[in-house]
Amino acid sequence: MNEKDKIKTLLVKKPLKLDCGQTINDFPLAYEIYGKLNDKKDNAILVFHALTGDQFASGTNPITKKDGWWNYALGPGKAIDTDKYFIIAANVIGGCMGSFGPKNINPETKKPYGTNFPVITINDMVNAQYNLLEYFKIEKLFSVIGGSMGGMQVLQFVSNFPNKAHTAIPIACTASHSAQNIALNELGRQSIMADRNWQDGFYEEQNKQPDKGLAVARMAAHITYLSKAGLQEKFGRKLQERDDLKFSFDADFQIESYLRYQGSVFVDRFDANSYLYITRAMDYFDLTKKFGGNLSKAFEKSDTKFFIISFTSDWLYPTSENREIVIALNAIGKNVGFVEITSDKGHDSFLLDVPDFLNTVRNFLNKSYEKI
Amino acid sequence: MKKEFYNIAKLITKNANILDVGCGNGELMKYITENISKDIRGIELSKSNVQKCVEKGLTVIEGDAEKDLKQFPDGSFDFVILSQTLQAFLDPENVLNELLRIGKKAIVSIPNFGHWKVRLHLLLKGTMPVTENLPNEWYNTPNLHMCTIKDFENYCKQRNIKINLKNLKFKNLFSELGIFILEK
Repeated sequence: MNEKDKIKTLLVKKPLKLDCGQTINDFPLAYEIYGKLNDKKDNAILVFHALTGDQFASGTNPITKKDGWWNYALGPGKAIDTDKYFIIAANVIGGCMGSFGPKNINPETKKPYGTNFPVITINDMVNAQYNLLEYFKIEKLFSVIGGSMGGMQVLQFVSNFPNKAHTAIPIACTASHSAQNIALNELGRQSIMADRNWQDGFYEEQNKQPDKGLAVARMAAHITYLSKAGLQEKFGRKLQERDDLKFSFDADFQIESYLRYQGSVFVDRFDANSYLYITRAMDYFDLTKKFGGNLSKAFEKSDTKFFIISFTSDWLYPTSENREIVIALNAIGKNVGFVEITSDKGHDSFLLDVPDFLNTVRNFLNKSYEKI
Repeated sequence: MKKEFYNIAKLITKNANILDVGCGNGELMKYITENISKDIRGIELSKSNVQKCVEKGLTVIEGDAEKDLKQFPDGSFDFVILSQTLQAFLDPENVLNELLRIGKKAIVSIPNFGHWKVRLHLLLKGTMPVTENLPNEWYNTPNLHMCTIKDFENYCKQRNIKINLKNLKFKNLFSELGIFILEK
């Protein structure tokens, strides 16, 4: 079976007008499904992935052969129980796992789009993914859920489609990307662009890959997904397979070796241009913009029950930013719950085995499902 | 369930919308949800209690009543409940103002420091009273602002807060707990 056969795609025929002004149509949207849609079609959950995630949330990713990115949370008997719920995990446009992205061939030039690919936004992503509801003939989702950029998509989805989800679980996210986060994304982008192999984004047609730049981008980003306490506890000043410092620029410390490894495995599975486009989409995300700075107005028409989750050691999308969403919803009397989970695993906590988090998600979903 | 909770629940009208401030493990919210009104949510500071509320399927917001009530607009709720926590706030006056701003009515309960057992304890033993409702020692009590039912009535009178209270003298001596409905 070749790689393409392992990826389910919906060919979206309907034209999609992007925020940048361009219109796309007949574009592929990659997705994966887990569990079974019941007869009442009331058990569907749409899962949104984060920056470097994809549609393979559970089980083994057939392309990378690694565990699905949300294996701790999603699967049979797990917090998001695939024995009970029907999961649609959608890839984002701009990505590199089968959805319309910069690696795709531009029919006009017969070459990969590269940086001629249109700049996309979180709004564009969820508008594309909405087609999956129509495809599966689902009138109303039981839930929409996602962490980090996935959480932003949750918020955007509920704002765009206020009556299409009974519940929404935005995790470790924000309604408006902060200056610090834009700065960190820019660091990653500049690192890719500084790689000579990047070639202004047209590296594919020259059979080059800006691996070094992408690896450095990943290394820098990876630090932001952890916490100081977590790093200190796991690595401290431990040395990498040596008894003493080597007085060189080798990876003397375990943390250096770890980061280099993270960078090197990332380039095998991710496209540099996709990294540029998706980080750009995150930076452009400001749900308040359309509503004169008033976040409450983004949710005014919504009948969704919200449950917002943050983590104590997450400094990338800190509790305070998650709480802004809670405040905006309370200001208009919407049904919202909020929990801050104690964890020293930083922003990545939502991807890891954090029992309090997983139990919270499980309890919220199961109790809410009883009531719909 | 505590007798106090039944007494609080009795004061709430059917299908009212309610905020339980310091909702604990959600016991009262659960009872109200099942018997009086589904339109109820809570605020709770303790993470383990928040988890217990989620387990019960209740809507709960992790937060601090001293800081987080300001996010609710005026008159958001028919009833706001505050059970035996007023005396533990750093600034109870501010919390009471907030309760009366966001709730059309506030149901507030306080442990009564004027109860005869409390008075007798201090009089005879000469040490800080430790009773069923006030189980802590002076050095580890969370209660920063103890008051009597009479103190509380005076407080409300001075601020033109309507309070439902009869037989003040009797209650101040014989009730271990005061439960009041307050209105601005």
